[in-house]
Amino acid sequence: MEECKLQAVGLTKIYDGGSKGDVTAIDHVDLEVKDGEFVMIVGPSGCGKTTLINILGGLDTATDGTVLLDGKPVAGPGADRGMVFQGYSLFPWLSVQKNVEFGLKMKKAPKEERAAQAKKFIDLVGLSGFEDALPKQLSGGMKQRVAIARTLANEPEILLMDEPFGALDAQTRVVMQELLADISKKTRTTILFITHDIDEAVLLGDRIYVMSRRPGTIREVLTVHIPGERSHESLVLPEFLETKKRIMDMLWQESQDAAMDR
Amino acid sequence: MEKKNKRRGVNMEHMLSFICFALIIGLWCVLTFGGFVSELFLPSPFAVLRRIGELYADGSLWANCFESTARVVVGWFWSVVVALPCGMLMANSRKFSAFVQPIIEFARYLPVVALVPLTLLYLGIDETQKYTIIFLGTFFQLVLMVCDTVSGVDANLINAAKTLGASKMQVYKEVIFPAALPGLMDDFRLTIGWAWTYLVVAEMVAAQNGLGYMILRSQRYLATDTIFAGLILIGLIGLVTDFLFRILTRIVAPWHERLADR
Ligand SMILES: Nc1ncnc2c1ncn2[C@@H]1O[C@H](COP(=O)(O)OP(=O)(O)OP(=O)(O)O)[C@@H](O)[C@H]1O
Ligand SMILES: [Mg+2]
Repeated sequence: MEECKLQAVGLTKIYDGGSKGDVTAIDHVDLEVKDGEFVMIVGPSGCGKTTLINILGGLDTATDGTVLLDGKPVAGPGADRGMVFQGYSLFPWLSVQKNVEFGLKMKKAPKEERAAQAKKFIDLVGLSGFEDALPKQLSGGMKQRVAIARTLANEPEILLMDEPFGALDAQTRVVMQELLADISKKTRTTILFITHDIDEAVLLGDRIYVMSRRPGTIREVLTVHIPGERSHESLVLPEFLETKKRIMDMLWQESQDAAMDR
Repeated sequence: MEKKNKRRGVNMEHMLSFICFALIIGLWCVLTFGGFVSELFLPSPFAVLRRIGELYADGSLWANCFESTARVVVGWFWSVVVALPCGMLMANSRKFSAFVQPIIEFARYLPVVALVPLTLLYLGIDETQKYTIIFLGTFFQLVLMVCDTVSGVDANLINAAKTLGASKMQVYKEVIFPAALPGLMDDFRLTIGWAWTYLVVAEMVAAQNGLGYMILRSQRYLATDTIFAGLILIGLIGLVTDFLFRILTRIVAPWHERLADR
């Protein structure tokens, strides 16, 4: 539980902005996610959250700094770091079942193993009965369930999620948050989750990294203490509200400073 | 209710297409039976039909249609076989693209008719020369179309596959190719249409059979009815080809939503 699963050391990303000059998206970001932990990152819009998670997932390269998985440096994308995107990114030509089996197929796992694993995770996300449906036949919430099952079926060391529920309506979002809290407890999957929704961060996180405005740096790290199981009922607990207020103050301060800069 | 409307919409469209044909044939009847134009320039629809009947009876109709279609298909097939990997590579490798792009852009503007003398000199008048003309006429356009279609594949799907552990080869085979398939089918369909243009070019220069040859020879004898018979046959073969491609696209990519189906 206490050992470090994923670690970022001094990650910096400078985009070549051409004639408009370079853009420093993130600046010396250090963070760590312990084994089995659910870690949230919140930050103002455009502060480099997507840049950060894409570097962690190997889809983008850092200008400086290292990413360590179980203490070993990693480069490039891999099945060890599963990702879930805001836009679902399901393969539209594959059925739900085939989408979920995709990673195992890439590993050339035997057919029976693929089917068994897919069934397990389709059940876990509550989509049994939809195995043969095509993505276009599903609602947004259902699509994101498939995407989560697809990544989990691959048994990654860590799940990296970039605003996965950002495109969903408020009710569906709460249902999905509870589902994810439940999955995290059942499977003990290590999760790093990005959001700009403070409620979501406090509801799901064991710990929360709050980022500054661009160039994104880590402004503060908070540990969340909320008694009992995380559900929509947690949203009104005093502990919840207190943590929420602290983060709101920080982000408000960031926006004030941003206004001063201009 | 919505479905019913859609149905009616489709029927309406079929009806309009039919009316367009009917109008043209009507105009044709008026012009010829009304004696407005000489039979020598524009034979009546009946004369053309009669001519088609005669061609059928003496066996040259099938022979010519078959010869021409075979040339088109073989020439087009080689064009596809070479353009597909080339276009895919161009879309995914800057280096390869830089290597071949200039020559392709250059060749694209060479009028194929101007290359006919060279092909005759190098290849003589056998079938290979006809395939080569069709290949030269279609290949350079098709490569660029394939490259464009493949570049248009949603980068998020490719990223999702990479984080699910797909190798470079697997990304091509399992993601880029299926995602691009509907667009590629469209490219192929357009290209086979152009192939008919170049077929006629090839057959007008050096052939002893085929629809293009038939048309050219008829000019010598002022057999306008045969010219029109040839034109109508080429048009009909085109319509059938188009129809077959649409069906085939639906078979190989049933998941694809076309504008017309929505
Ligand atoms: N490919 C790129 N080239 C140049 N600049 C980029 C590129 N990608 C992102 N940026 C810039 O880097 C900064 C951070 O972008 P990023 O998408 O990581 O922010 P974010 O925190 O995820 O934003 P959001 O809240 O909108 O999701 C932005 O200013 C953006 O304009
Ligand atoms: Mg983002």
